This record gives sequence, structure tokens and C-alpha cells, in this order.
Amino acid sequence: MNQDLLGVLVMFGLALGLALPLGRFLANVFRGDKNALDFLAPVERGIFRLSGIDANREMTWQQHLVALLTINLVWFVLAMAVLCTQGVLPLNPDHNPSMSPDLAFNTAISFLVNCNLQHYSGESGLSYLSQIVVITFLQFVSAATGIAAAVVIFNALQARTTDKLGNFYNYFVKSLTRLLLPGSLIIALILAFNGTPMTLAGKQELVTLQGESVAVSRGPVAAMVAIKELGTNGGGFYGANSAHPLENPNFLTNVVENVALTLIPLAMIFALGFYLKRKRLAWMIFGVMTVGFVALLAPTIYYEMHGNPAIAQMGVDQNLGALEGKEMRFGAAASAYWSITNTVISCGSINSMHDSFMPLSGLCQMLGMMTNAFYGGCGVGLLNFFAYLIIAVFIAGLMVGRTPEFLGKKIEAREMKIAVIVTLLHPLLILAGTAMTAHLYAGNPTEYAGWLANPGFHGFSEMLYEFTSASANNGSGFEGLGDNTPWWNISTGVVLLLSRFLPIIGPVAIAGLLARKKVVPESAGTLPADTATFGVMVLAVIVIIAALAFFPALALGPIAEHFSLY
Amino acid sequence: MKNQLLPAIRLTLVLLVVCCLIYPALVWAGVQLAPGQGLGVTASKNGRVVGYDNVGQKFDRPEYFNSRPSAVDYNAAGSAGSNKGPSNPEYLGTVKARLDTFLLQNPGVTKDQVPAELITASGSGLDPHLSAQGAYVQVARIAKARNIDPNTIKSLINNNLEKGVINPDRVNVLRLNLALDNLASASR
Repeated sequence: MNQDLLGVLVMFGLALGLALPLGRFLANVFRGDKNALDFLAPVERGIFRLSGIDANREMTWQQHLVALLTINLVWFVLAMAVLCTQGVLPLNPDHNPSMSPDLAFNTAISFLVNCNLQHYSGESGLSYLSQIVVITFLQFVSAATGIAAAVVIFNALQARTTDKLGNFYNYFVKSLTRLLLPGSLIIALILAFNGTPMTLAGKQELVTLQGESVAVSRGPVAAMVAIKELGTNGGGFYGANSAHPLENPNFLTNVVENVALTLIPLAMIFALGFYLKRKRLAWMIFGVMTVGFVALLAPTIYYEMHGNPAIAQMGVDQNLGALEGKEMRFGAAASAYWSITNTVISCGSINSMHDSFMPLSGLCQMLGMMTNAFYGGCGVGLLNFFAYLIIAVFIAGLMVGRTPEFLGKKIEAREMKIAVIVTLLHPLLILAGTAMTAHLYAGNPTEYAGWLANPGFHGFSEMLYEFTSASANNGSGFEGLGDNTPWWNISTGVVLLLSRFLPIIGPVAIAGLLARKKVVPESAGTLPADTATFGVMVLAVIVIIAALAFFPALALGPIAEHFSLY
Repeated sequence: MKNQLLPAIRLTLVLLVVCCLIYPALVWAGVQLAPGQGLGVTASKNGRVVGYDNVGQKFDRPEYFNSRPSAVDYNAAGSAGSNKGPSNPEYLGTVKARLDTFLLQNPGVTKDQVPAELITASGSGLDPHLSAQGAYVQVARIAKARNIDPNTIKSLINNNLEKGVINPDRVNVLRLNLALDNLASASR
């Protein structure tokens, strides 16, 4: 039992220990300072030359966004084209069919926005070509997009007045060449040496020891799983994601995968501190996020390690915890830890089935996505947190009766409006989506019977979880949900699009507007942003927004289920 | 628009080569040194491949260590969990039925000796492992079915026990059952 908790500490400790030096390295990369991977500069120059891009051209925040959105559009078209025709394209040894347009739409959008709703199952739903050219490719570039957007904000928050915020392509390509590609290569090799397949060969047919015929799915798994975790995308090669024994063969790979997915979100916090030379600010952000993270983690580990009370009543031995949907090589504690890291960080990979977790564990998973700012996804986690920061600065300013300022820049009505819209969009999408769906279901439970795998409160939680996951660009699910239907594919697809690009556009716009303002020198009247007091303020803003907006819905789902079970 | 779109398309094409050709090729090349050369690590009996080391398979005969319940009946080409919620009455009925079946098949075993994994489905439906207790509790049945000394089977479990340092102790069911079969052929 205690050795399981030790595993949790090891994973968090390793991630933190690696994130600090990586943060310093990333700050150097994005400032253009000397760093260990400078020997890759010729490769980057080659990429820019072949693409006809001048990577030294400074862009305004609007030009950044235009470049970002245009290239995303290109990727969407590419993904749709491949998914709709994969059945007849090469590299399809298992003869999987092409996707229906609504499923292709959902899948293309999902991976474009660095999410992984996956209304299909990898073994039967995708060809190897799609796994590589659509899924793996988008896992790289969508993560790099998020990092590049965060770096625009780093640049904008410097104490100077400017329009020029660096070059989008420069940030984007360097995120790939200096971070995501080399990191993935190392992780992929570790996985492959532990038994994860990396082949273009199709299924292997064999007869088991007991004499049953089975076919074992293989594929280019190791290469994909590495970037799936490092880029916090979370989209699994197999249907069961990292619960699958070939995708995550043992506890070592479990540690590697879990550290990989927490690494960049943590490192980006420290990168911000090194980049702006404001390490205390980075520690404040890290502190707030970690308090939120631990507050969600502790109850989840507790409830999973104590097992299901309804099964305890049958009199069986549950000293290893609740095991429905969990794998014996990970155990309850490491599965609970994985589920919370993957929901606070918008990764959404799973090593156990969230649908079968205890009700309050499910609540913590949902809250991780509802707040969407404790660590958060590759780059975008900081963007969400930035919106909360702006609101906290404003409220704190009002409370002490001073003009709100953040890092020497005045926060005014325009920035506030954007921050509030971005922050409130998230509960709006989740609650409106769930409400509409629940209304549909309640109106005709027989027609939509295929949607829910579980009755009662838990069924409601399945719907709430799906929209929460879509809006947080997370991608995990209460997978009992029968979600490959036009309603789910299109509604969650639209939610994904809105909830990805508005929270990128908004914070980048705020940062761009702030960068243009003149610097107000610090005085006794300045509210310092890098103190614990201000940290408490930010945390209060996050908690109040999440609690007020989501409490009624959570009461109908997991909270009601909890009291029916305990 | 054109001067935005063109570089975006060209960059996409270049990155397709980097991320989808060069990167997987490098991984593939490295994997040629790994056990199984990227095809997965298999287990054999008398020269015949009987399974993957890591991929659980169905064992429900009395003379083998039985594996955990699986939501996909150990279909290694379609992994999934049951996704049943903890309070679902139908699901709890299934669990109770599994418990009753197990007690029936293993006379002499009491409820509190049955570990939860033997009556709950795994996340992937392909879990290759059991806890040590999950194996011990089946010893009497296997000993009777194979007509061998229970202590021999117990020591087999102990020899195959994978001790966790920061994760749970467990046994690989396929490896254990292969060892059982070897035992039988050695004594013959």
C-alpha cells in the first residue's frame, strides 16, 4: 500500500526535478540565447528556407494570430482528406474503413486542437497512415502551436513598450526541433525497449495457451505514444489508451509517460520566470497550481485506495483498492494520480477507466478540467491561467482602491472584457452543451438509450464529463458514453473549436494590448504580483468561478451518486 | 491571404517529412536493437508462439490460473474496459454473480479471501497480471485439477512473483501457466 504512494511521489518528484532545468533551457531557446541544441540551427534554417519563411520578421499580436489560424486551417483540410479516404489509401494492413464525415470532422478537430475525444477505437478505426500523418503529425504541431502562443505572451509581458512580439514560425518550429522531436525520440525508444510495438506489420494471429484464436493489434505505436504524452495530447494508439499493455507495458513506462505529460506544462511555468527574470512570479504561479492540484489529487487517491463500498458489502478483499477499470501493474494509487494529472493538464490520456472511478474521484477529474488552469496543457495551460491572473489583478485592484496593474502595465476595461469572456466561455460551453443533451435525452430516452452506459446520476455525469472534456480540450471521457453519433460528433466538435481558439486569441490579444502600453514604474502603490497574498487571491478567483458555475451540475451528477453509494 | 496560405502549406509539407517520415524512421531504426525488434515480445511453448508476454489472454479452465474478467473477452484487437459506474445496479449484480461463480469453482475458499481483481474487469480488457493473493486463492483448485502437491504450485507463484518497489506486487498469468505446463511435462 505505502509502496504505491511512494510511486506517486517518485513521479511528481521526477517531473518537478526535470521541469526546472528544462524551463531554463526553454527560456534560452525562445530568447535566442546560447543553448545546448544550437547545433540544430542549420536544420531550422533549412526548414524555413524550404517553406519560404523569414523567421526574423517581427510580428504584431494580430499577425501572430493570423499565421497561427491559417496554418491550423491547412492542417484541418489535410486531416479531413486523409480520414475520409483512409480505407483506400496505403498503409492499411488491417483493412480498416474510411471514416464517416461527422466522425472525421470530430476526429480532425479534436486532434487539431490538441485534444483526443476519439469517438473511434484505434485498432479498428484508423489506418497506420492516419495514425502517422493525421494523429502523430497533429500531436506534434498542435502542441507546438500552444507553446508558440504562450511564448508570444512571455515576449509581450516584458517591461517595455512595443508592437513587435517575435516571429510565430520561429517559436513554432523551435518548439518542435528543440523540444518535442528530441524529447519524443528518447521517450519512444524507452517505450520500445520495454515492449511497445513499432512496426508497420498488421495484426498477428495466434492460438493462445488455452487454445483460443486471437489477433493481436500492432503498429507504429512507440513513435506515437511518445508525442502523445510529451505534447499533452493524450490520444491513444489503442482504444484503451495507456491502460493497454502494449501502449504502457510496465511501471517504468508508466512513470516515463506520466512524467512526460507533466513535464512541459511545469517547465513552461519556470520558463516564464527565467524569460522575464521574475522567478518569484513563476513560483507564485507554480504554488497556486500545485495547491489546486493536490486538493484534487488527495481525495481521488483516498477514495480509489479504499475501494467501492458496494463491493465491500459483498465481503471480498479490497485491500488493493477499487480495481474495476484498473490494471494490476499500476494499482489504485498510480491510476488515481494519472487520472488527476491528465485532467488538470489537458492531456486526457488514461491508464484506467475514469467511468468506473468512485463518484468523488470523478468529481475531482471533472473539476480539474473545469478550472482548466492547474498546470494545463502544452502552453495553453498558462494562457488560461493568464486570464484568471488578469481578473484577479482587477479585483484586487478594486479591493484596495488602486488602478489595477500587472507587471508594470495598466489593466483597463478592454483587457478585462476579453479576460472575462474567455473565462466565462468555458462554463457556458460545458453547461449549455450538457443541458441541451440532457434535454434531448430526457425527451426521448428510448431513442437515445445507446448514449448512456449507466443509469441515474452516473449517466448524467457521463454527459457532463464529455462536454467538460471537450471544452477543456482534454479528450478523456467517461467512455461508457456511446458518442459516435452525429449529435455528439458535431456538438463536441464545435465546442472543441471554440474552446481552443478563443482562449488562445483572447490572452494573446490581452498580452498584445498590454505590450503596447507604457510602463508604469513600480511604487509603494503597486500591487506586487509575485507574493503569496496575491497567489491566494488568484486561487480564490479560480475557486469562486469554478464553484459558482459548476456546483449545481456537479450536485446532480457525482455528488448525488456519492450520497447514494456511501 | 495568399501570402499567408502559401508559407503555411509549404511549412506543413516540410514538417510532414520531418515528423511523419524522419522521426518514425529514427525510432524504427533504434528499435531494431530492442527485444522483439518492435514487433512485440512473444512467449512460446514447444516452438509455437502462444501469446505476447504483456498481453493478457483468456484462461477459464480449472487447471490454469484464471485471468481477470475482461469487458472484451480478451480480444487483443479491440481493447476496452467495462466503463460501468460504481453504483450501477446491473454492474453490481454482475460482480456478485462472478463472486458466486468463483466460490462455486473454488470450494473451501471464503469470500474474504477473494481479491477484488478476480471479480472486476480491467481497464484494457487485456490485463496480463494478478495480485499474489489472486494467484494463491486458486492454488487448491489447480492442485486438484492437475493432481499435484499444492506446495509445488505455491512455490511456483513465489518464483514468478514480480516484486514492486514503487508499485504493486503481481504475477504474470501467462508466464505462470506456462510454468505450470512445464511442471506437468517434466514430471511425466
